[in-house]
Amino acid sequence: MLALILFYIFATFLVAGALGVITARNPVYSALFLVFSFINSAAIWLLIEAEFLAIVLVLVYVGAVMVLFLFVVMMLDINLAELRRGFTRFAWLGWLTALAVIVEITAVVWRHGLGAIDVSRGFAAEPANYSNTLELGKVLYTRYAYPFELAAVLLVVALVAAIALTLRHRPGLKSQDASRQVAVRAEDRLRIVKMPAEKRS
Amino acid sequence: MHTQINHLLALWGQLPDLLRTLIWIVIITIGVILCVAFLTLWERKVIGWMQLRRGPNRVRILGMLPGLGQPFADVFKLLSKEVVVPSGSNKFLFRLAPVLALVPALAAWAVIPLSPALVVSKANAGLLYLLALSSMGVYGIILAGWAANSKYAFLGAMRSAAQMVAYEIAMGFALVGVLMASGSMSLGAIVRHQEGGVFAWNWLWLFPMLVVYFIAGVAETNRAPFDVAEGESEIVAGFHVEYSGIAFALFFLAEYANMILISALTAVLFFGGWLSPVAGYPLIGHTFLGDPSFFWLGLKVFVFLFLFLWFRATFPRYRYDQIMRLGWKALIPVTLVWIGVEMVMAAVHIGPWARPWFH
Repeated sequence: MLALILFYIFATFLVAGALGVITARNPVYSALFLVFSFINSAAIWLLIEAEFLAIVLVLVYVGAVMVLFLFVVMMLDINLAELRRGFTRFAWLGWLTALAVIVEITAVVWRHGLGAIDVSRGFAAEPANYSNTLELGKVLYTRYAYPFELAAVLLVVALVAAIALTLRHRPGLKSQDASRQVAVRAEDRLRIVKMPAEKRS
Repeated sequence: MHTQINHLLALWGQLPDLLRTLIWIVIITIGVILCVAFLTLWERKVIGWMQLRRGPNRVRILGMLPGLGQPFADVFKLLSKEVVVPSGSNKFLFRLAPVLALVPALAAWAVIPLSPALVVSKANAGLLYLLALSSMGVYGIILAGWAANSKYAFLGAMRSAAQMVAYEIAMGFALVGVLMASGSMSLGAIVRHQEGGVFAWNWLWLFPMLVVYFIAGVAETNRAPFDVAEGESEIVAGFHVEYSGIAFALFFLAEYANMILISALTAVLFFGGWLSPVAGYPLIGHTFLGDPSFFWLGLKVFVFLFLFLWFRATFPRYRYDQIMRLGWKALIPVTLVWIGVEMVMAAVHIGPWARPWFH
């Protein structure tokens, strides 16, 4: 009963937050609403004892991705008129995307049904020493080892590509080389001159 | 008297679990806040002594120990001052930011095992929970910087955000090392798996991880020598330059609570938490010193807190690009290499990997 009440509270917050993301005028508010939604969906995951997924959602999306998002959004020069001008022109694209997502979700539910996951009866709680993280790790590193490795390789390729795209060597660029600066020794820069004291005239 | 205590204990046993947990939360929160109060005094005293000064020595409590009342005097001063909300600032976020900074710093204490019997939540994924919470602390800082509508505050917030994201990775990898050596993410289990004297604790086999973890911890809390987020000589006071009164005090509280948290975590993850270093020794091993207890955790936390203060009194501030270089190019490679070394050690069963739980 308590879990059900909590679920509805978090679900309401989640939907409200998601609406906030698309209705907020200020991009910073949009990003913060998204953070709020993430935290609420993490709470819902906690309710079904998926603590690993819940915490990783907070850790990765709230703790890292959204911080970088905010980082960029805060530095934007927010011009609302500019932002609103493209709205009608690109609205059809937004509707199209929304429609595609809805069709996909319906198709998946239609195809597989909800037979495998019977949500109406709830599920038996796992014993207290059951570790979600351990079970996920076991499956991920045995049964799904190759897809997992493949995903890792893809991420590395994306990382290398991002660096390769932005790394440029212009001639005549004046930049500091921290390694050389750190490696500097006093003898390289300082010349100690021995001078005998002058005779008093 | 004795019957009264028994009566109270019986009453305690009858309370519902939820209520007992709530009472523990209140006790631990007040305890952390009191520790912060005296930590500020201890910091000023220690730095004073290192610089051949006396430190605060005016306010006394009941005429005892010069300076002991200083934290309370500070708190009352800050409480009675006006919280100035700058014009042109984002009023709501400006007020929300100190709370967002403080909440993760206090919430993290839920999974810290304070003694063999005392921990608020025996969460299986305690280590992950801590990582998630420490990554949320940055929101208070960047929102404070942005909402204040001040360029100095904004620069401080940007620096802090980049620094925290960078050092979180090194910290996460150091925790992966601990995870490999303990085989569990529950902090209580991590402590229990270190049983067997000083040389069975994780610090010996995970020494590079310990160094990286502590450096990253100092950087995460924005303490000297990594305190560029509030570098006085460059950007006045950084992200909290526009905050006054108790709103400023909340940031202060969050920073110091985080310091205590990092110290407690270093003790728990690498130095056996509440385990006693003299357990099984002749003579002292049979007194209370030989038993695992809160006493030993407290002592270890105190030592690491002293390191924080010592660093602040000793090291000059890092330049910003050098902080980034240290985080990305020095600390992360060190942890990656040591994870490889741990894999080899686990394969040949030495050190922590020779223990029964591993098989």
